[in-house]
Amino acid sequence: MAAGSLVLAACSGSEGDSSAGPVDLRMVMWSANDAHHEVFNQIGAAYVEENPDVVSSISFEPLTGSSYVNALTTQIAGGDAPDLAWISEANAAQFVQSGVLHNLSPAFESSEGYAVDDLLDGAFDVWSQDENIYGYPFSNSPFGIFVNRDLVSAAGEPDPRELMADEEWTWDSLMAVAAQVAQEEGQAGFEPSASPYAGWNDALGAMWLSWGASPWSADGTECTMNSPEMVEFFDWFHHHVFETGAVPGPGEEFDFASGQVAFKLAQLSSSGALDDSFEWDFLPLPAGPAGSVPVVGQGGVGVVARGENPEIAADFLAYFTNPQNSELLAQFFPPPRSSVLTVETLSAAAPSLTEQQIEETVIAQSVDAVTKVGHVRMSELADPVRVGLDSLWTADGDAQSVLDQVCEDIAPVLESE
Amino acid sequence: MIGYAFIAPAVLGVLGLGLVPFGFVLWYSLHDWNPLVGDFTWVGGENFLRLLTDETVWASLVTTIQFAAMLMVFNVALAMALALLLNQRLPGTTTFRTFFFSPVIVSTVAWVLVWSYLVAANGGINGVLAMIGLEGPNWLRESSWALVTVVVIQVFKGVGMNMILFLAALQNVPAELKEAARIDGARPTRVFRSITLPLMTPTILLVVMVTTFGAMDVFVPIQILTQGGPGRSTTVISYLLYRTAFEQQDFGYASTIGVLIFVVALTLAALQWSTRKRWVHDEV
Repeated sequence: MAAGSLVLAACSGSEGDSSAGPVDLRMVMWSANDAHHEVFNQIGAAYVEENPDVVSSISFEPLTGSSYVNALTTQIAGGDAPDLAWISEANAAQFVQSGVLHNLSPAFESSEGYAVDDLLDGAFDVWSQDENIYGYPFSNSPFGIFVNRDLVSAAGEPDPRELMADEEWTWDSLMAVAAQVAQEEGQAGFEPSASPYAGWNDALGAMWLSWGASPWSADGTECTMNSPEMVEFFDWFHHHVFETGAVPGPGEEFDFASGQVAFKLAQLSSSGALDDSFEWDFLPLPAGPAGSVPVVGQGGVGVVARGENPEIAADFLAYFTNPQNSELLAQFFPPPRSSVLTVETLSAAAPSLTEQQIEETVIAQSVDAVTKVGHVRMSELADPVRVGLDSLWTADGDAQSVLDQVCEDIAPVLESE
Repeated sequence: MIGYAFIAPAVLGVLGLGLVPFGFVLWYSLHDWNPLVGDFTWVGGENFLRLLTDETVWASLVTTIQFAAMLMVFNVALAMALALLLNQRLPGTTTFRTFFFSPVIVSTVAWVLVWSYLVAANGGINGVLAMIGLEGPNWLRESSWALVTVVVIQVFKGVGMNMILFLAALQNVPAELKEAARIDGARPTRVFRSITLPLMTPTILLVVMVTTFGAMDVFVPIQILTQGGPGRSTTVISYLLYRTAFEQQDFGYASTIGVLIFVVALTLAALQWSTRKRWVHDEV
């Protein structure tokens, strides 16, 4: 297996520009959702129709699953680089700073009617370098809390909207209700957006910001996993896993869409999996010790510099993300454009959400949101941190000592940055 | 020439899919190679020196050996027991045989996914244990259980094939030899120990070797069930290679780990092959 894969990856292709005549563009994407592909194909077909001498076809190839990034990097490594690629915010810094992506600023600036000023400033932080844009976060989706109101009510707890009205919508109050649900109903109280025991950053990265914590310094060279704020956060989370039982423990499986979880940290697109089998709500993130910190998770598109047609691909991406097409994409992905962040546009994205939910949880949160943290060497950091944190996921796990050890383990990677 | 033509497909297969790729892997192991950014730099033996002092690699190798040993013992013992049972003329034998062989033809991913629900902390197995008043362990999240759990899942996936091989070997043991032993007064256990088992040793050798090498490149159950955890308790060497190459994009060092796997597999094969004359009878 290993030998074959490595040899495959070695067969590098040629870099270069387009030859005469229209070219075929290929974009790899994480989603295999038919409706997503329909919109992407619609925009692609319109571009081909407008530029028949430049592009003959645009295909969107899904590479689904948890190993998406591995599959993408293997294609690039193997000389079969796609022209465009969907990249998550956690890997953005790595792709941008390692020179994998093509500079998009010239294409955006020269594209008629692109309205660069309309783009949300903060949304491009992890996609930019030296004031140039290397990726476009077409999905700038705030995290919120999905609530199973039936479960909360069955446990005899107040509706979370009452807590919001009383300005008591905090992580502590959420966990108190969650613990009660777990105890009374035998279901899960609160689940992060991924398993905290496998995908620590995906699961907890939108939460610890409300504690003022970050896993590393802003320049990414110093470990702050053992900072007082982070230790306090992990102590708190550990307490709710092993003492109050609000959070399912390691190895326990529950599903929000099946009505087994009271509170679920997730993004707008998760509403697509929900029906009316139970009453649910979608609320902004609660406040932590450092206040209320809106957080977005991003899906971006970049042009692969080693693709065969980077200039043409960049021109297509400028078309793909112009104000008109951003409205189309907004059916599923909240765009990083203030003019398109409207209730009307986003209602199409999540028809099951109310105007109030969209206004409060999506639009209001998008504008000032910070992006979930990534790192230029994320792929080297993910595993050692996961291994270190495994020591914490036992009843007697001690956050301070575990996080000290994590910092010791990842310091060489951070310092070599 | 005709003879060479007949063996050409096999020779080309071994060269094209085995030796030539391995030659490339050796070459890559002498380089620092991050294909994502296009770095490919000669570093000589640096990766091998790093390998010698890399505790993660050696811990993974120990885990792999534990995994292979457990898998081999459980698999061979269970396959032999099932084959002996199926060799009896009992009602329901065909159903029983189908039951144990069917996992062999099921997709490994599907098989492992189903098991992931069964062995969840609040999953089917612990649910059944709770019904009889027992508290099951957290199968995949306790270091002491995780590797054993993966082994058991892997054993049930592959035991059907070995069961069929053993059954065929059992049925090839000449009946007259067993009859002669019985006439000489041998009890059934003695017939099995002195006649049946020795005549099955070529098949046992085959099963042991195939199972051992299968254990060396186990991947799917680790990726789906544990991702190498908790801690590194289920990080077998092939999984470490995968992470090093495809997650960390350190293909040069991953190739070095690949060379180590080859050396270990070759050593095990040599060991098994060189000792065969002591315990394998009736070798053709």
